[in-house]
This record gives sequence, structure tokens and C-alpha cells, in this order.
Amino acid sequence: MNENVLAKLKILAESAKYDVSCSSSGTVRSNKPGLLGNTVGGWGICHSFAEDGRCISLLKIMLTNYCIYDCAYCINRRSNDLPRATFSVSELVELTMEFYRRNYIEGLFLSSGVVRNPDYTMERLVRVAKDLRQVHRFNGYIHLKSIPGASRELVNEAGLYADRLSVNVEIPKEENLKLLAPEKDHKSVFAPMKYIQQGVLESKEERQKFRHAPRFAPAGQSTQVIVGATSESDKDILFLSSALYNRPTMKRVYYSGYVSVNTYDKRLPALKQPPLVRENRLYQADWLLRFYQFKVDEIVDDSYPDLDLEIDPKLSWALRHPEHFPVDINKADYEMLLRVPGIGVKSAKLIVASRRFSRLGFYELKKIGVVMKKAQYFITCKELPLQIQTVNELSPQRVRTLLLPKSKKKVDERQLVLDFGE
Amino acid sequence: MNIYIYDKTFDGLLTAVFDAYFRKTFPDELLSEGDALPLFYDELHTVVTDEEKAARVWRGLQKKVSSSALGCLTQSWLSELPEVGMLIFRYIRKAIDSPRSIETNFADPDVLQLAQIWKKVDGERVHLMQFVRFQKAADGTFFAAFEPQFNALPLTVHHFKDRFADQKWIIYDMKRRYGFYYDLQEVTTISFDDGSRESHLITGMLDESLMDKDEKLFQQLWKTYFKAICIKERINPRKHRQDMPVRYWKYLTEKQR
Repeated sequence: MNENVLAKLKILAESAKYDVSCSSSGTVRSNKPGLLGNTVGGWGICHSFAEDGRCISLLKIMLTNYCIYDCAYCINRRSNDLPRATFSVSELVELTMEFYRRNYIEGLFLSSGVVRNPDYTMERLVRVAKDLRQVHRFNGYIHLKSIPGASRELVNEAGLYADRLSVNVEIPKEENLKLLAPEKDHKSVFAPMKYIQQGVLESKEERQKFRHAPRFAPAGQSTQVIVGATSESDKDILFLSSALYNRPTMKRVYYSGYVSVNTYDKRLPALKQPPLVRENRLYQADWLLRFYQFKVDEIVDDSYPDLDLEIDPKLSWALRHPEHFPVDINKADYEMLLRVPGIGVKSAKLIVASRRFSRLGFYELKKIGVVMKKAQYFITCKELPLQIQTVNELSPQRVRTLLLPKSKKKVDERQLVLDFGE
Repeated sequence: MNIYIYDKTFDGLLTAVFDAYFRKTFPDELLSEGDALPLFYDELHTVVTDEEKAARVWRGLQKKVSSSALGCLTQSWLSELPEVGMLIFRYIRKAIDSPRSIETNFADPDVLQLAQIWKKVDGERVHLMQFVRFQKAADGTFFAAFEPQFNALPLTVHHFKDRFADQKWIIYDMKRRYGFYYDLQEVTTISFDDGSRESHLITGMLDESLMDKDEKLFQQLWKTYFKAICIKERINPRKHRQDMPVRYWKYLTEKQR
């Protein structure tokens, strides 16, 4: 370990930062004598938060940022002139171990630029994970990026050491991928995904027969889609995620608002700011798919291909379907409670648990944590104040304007405003 | 108005419950010795903490609510909030008097408030697991200082013992002046006095002369990484402070200059 590593760490962390995934969830594995570390499962632990507000859970780093590919959306494309570096296996292993011992991180998230060919690169990634597990007895979290086009044998070996594997789709439509990354295709992405899925399912079956059969990527796999670099609508993106979630091992799809890193490339839109609001709405829609029992065609369809940027997808669904409301809080089933804007998973569960004791009213709901500002138009309950009207009495358009965020600019009404036509 | 005076321990609180049922008068306020008494009151009773009485109340409670609700009670007690004693008292009384378990009746203000306090304490437990930062000393012990809002440190000992099973560590609560030391075998409670040899540890940071030779480098590496991983185009100071409140920055390696 020396100062040299400092420079490398800076270069390779900066190259890795555009990958969104950081979660350390999905595996519960306690410590065993002679090992270092455990994984807590549940939500994982975020150890720090960068100034952009994103959590730092894993040491997110690249093995090397040299790359033979020239993908237009990527900072590390071979035609970019930027400092390049490569970690040796031992440097990276020591870095991970020492960071972990100081409680800086939950584990390692390793990815890499492609050098020589996919298999060569994948082999080196696997070697880092193998060293950590077998030589240094590391029992923390490891997330490995599977290189598109890597062979089945290497993916299978990676699954033995890693908790989670991931392959990035990046661009939902193949023709757009071809446009931006001529050297890649969807086959090279979906093939490793399939290997991972098969590995996980096989290992599950094995473990039912033999208790000590090796676990294969116990935290499943994840992927990432870039938002705003190409012309895909939200419908295209969400239909892809929904299809991926229907596969047995896909745990998370991440959405990455495109940051214009290669402004000179004319195939890409010149964005001043990454599309953060759109990204946020996509995550909300993603949550509806995963936790709120929505079907993807309820959130977006042909007549409604893009999400409303001003209101969240659940409210937007409720306003398009006022016939389902108002919902009686004291009678409706859990699935219907989840669909009321302003009621989340937690409050829905609390409502179901509490209404056995007594009928719930406006005040209790507010205390429980329901956002009454939103929910009041969509529910009936005990002691609802008389002046509150439901969405059907008011009309969806009216409710929409009432719920739109107010502009924060305060106008002093005592002051005459002169319009200079700026 | 009835007033009970107890010694601010959990056993004392349970004894107060026992006394109340025995005397058939229930307190409107629980105070500890030395607290200012209100201007007028009807009755004053001083609770003498008795482990046997406390255990009896606890056993009775076990028949009324689930073990997770009991865990919720003890964990909320660690919040050390002034109102938590009376709140737990009312909760226990409701639990005992009710024919069936009240623990999921969140329409009851006491049940709800206790659940919310429990959530806060549990949040502090998670903050500890997130933001404890060890520094390696020359003798190989890892030292960390922390100022938790609530007394949640004991709740994390199991986690740290499991995770860092092969290294000696100390986690010290600077606010409450005690900590835990793990010596590769078991965890013991420790406390540094002002005059003792270890008193410099009360500053929370290891002196450079005591650090392991690579410690400075790793701290610098971590700071470099912390800066490099941030995407400048997405900077969001509000969320940054929301997720990592400023009160923890004092002992965070990446926030040191």
C-alpha cells in the first residue's frame, strides 16, 4: 500500500460512479469462526452518503478503466482521453479488507472495463472475489458485474463467490443500443442473465437435497437502464422492467438518469441536467410494481406512454380511475388500501391491524401516518370532516390542481409588481 | 393528583406498576427523587425498587402481550425521553386490564406513541451500525467514538461482535461515558475516567502517535474515495444532510479535514 494507490483509487472510483446499484441487501449470513464479516440482509446498511445524496454501501470500484469498446454513453469509452489505471488483485483485496475492518463499507462492488476480450476480463474479476473469499476469509458482501459476452463457466464460478451478480441492459431497445454501442447487442446481455438465473435455481434445488451444497449468488441479480440518452418512452422502460421482474431471480432494476459525459457525440442529446424528475417517477412506478401489486399496463399504456412529471404515478392512476373511489377505510381489503394515494405499505398494514379494535377516524389516520392531504379525496371513514369532498364530487381535474405542488416563490401582495418582460 | 416517585430504572418502573395495583391508586405523574414537585397534589408515594415485584409484573405481562411487544417496551425505555416512563406505565396498565392483547391497536394514542418511540430508538441503532468508524491503533485494537441520541449502543453489540469477530475493538459512547470492549472472546463494559491514562480517548480521535502506521493512509484513501464517488451534476446537499445528519459528522472519517 502506498501513495500510488491513492491516485489509482481516485481514477477508478470516478470511472465507476455512474453505475447506480449500491445495495447490499438480499443475503443473511452470519459470521463463522475464522472469517471476517457478516451480511445483515433486510435493507443492507448504508455506511455513508456522498454529497449527491446517493448512498455508499459498497466499495464501488473498477478493476481497470481501460476498455476496448466505444459505447457512446460511457465515460470510459476507448476514444475518451482520460487518465487510465489498473488495480492489481492484491491491492484491491487489501483495500477492501481494510475499509471493511474500519466499518467504512459493507463489501465490494466490482466492475471493469473490457480488456482484450470479455472472458479475460471476467476471469480477473472472479479472481479478486475468489482471493477475498478463500485466501482472506472475507465473509462480507460481494457484488460482481458480469461482463456482457462472458462465458457460462466463468459466470458459474463468479456465482460461487459473489452475493449478487449483475449485467446492465443500459438501453431498452436493441436498435438504439446498436446505434450507440455498435459492438454490443442484447444477446450478449441476456445470455449471462440467463446463466445467472439457471445457476441460482439449480443451487436452490441442490440445497433442498443437500444442506451444505454451495450457494449461488444468494442475493440474485440486478440490472440498470439508462434514462434519457435515447428515445425510449417510459412505457418501453417499464414493460422491460416488468418482464425482468417476472423472471425468478431479478431483484432490482435501477434507472440511471443520463449524465451528459460525452457532450461531443452527436448521437446523444445535449442535456444540461440529468433527467432527475423522470428518474424519480420511474422509481416510483417501479415501487408500484414491486410492493403495491400494480400491473405494468395499469401504470402506462399506449394512450399514456409517459409518466406525468408533476404528480406521482399512483395519484395519476387514481385520477384516471375515479370509479374505484372513495374507499371505505374500515372495510376495504389491503390491496385496495394500497391503491389509495397517501397510504403506503406501512400505513396500510397499521390500518388493517388497528381497525379490529375500533373504527378508524380522520384523526387516527393522521396519527398513523397517512398523508391526509392526498388521501382525503379518496376515502371515507368515521368522523371525516364534512367540508371534504371526494374525487367524484369534485372531478379529477380539480383534485389534480389542488394537489399540484405550489410554486415556492412568495409574492408580497402589498407590493406592486412591475413586469419588465424579462 | 397522585404522584409516584421512583428511581428511574426499568425495575423501578415495574415496581411502581405493582404498587399501583396493590394500593389501587394510579399515579398521574411519575417523578424521580430531586424533581420539583407540583404546587399541589393529593397523594405522594415513594416506590422502593424490588426485583421480585418487578419480575412478577413482567411475568404477568408475558401472558398478556407477545415477546416482540415486550422487546418494544425495553427498547423504548432506552430512549431516555422524560415522558417515556409514564407512557410505558399507561401501556402496561392497558395491557393488563384488557381482555386481549392491545399491541396492534394503533388507534390508541399510547400504543401508537410507544411504537413511534421504539422506531426512533431502532433508527438510532441503525445509525450506529452505519456511522461508527474505527481507527486502528498501533496495538491492533480498533477504536470508535460515537454520540448516539438515544442509549442504543447496547442494541448493536451483537452485530459488531458477529461482524468483527477477529479483531479487538472498542466502541465508546461519548455522551453517556461508557463503551464496550471486545477482546476476541467476549464483550465487556468499560468506562474511562477523566484522570486515567486513557482519558485522551475522551476526545474521540486517536492521537497520531497511537495510530497504526497505515491508519493515516487508509483514512486518506477513504476520504479520496468519498470525494471521487460523488457525481457533480447531481449534487444534492439537502438529501445528503437528511440521510447523514450533521450531528454525526464529528466522528466520521470522511468528514474530517
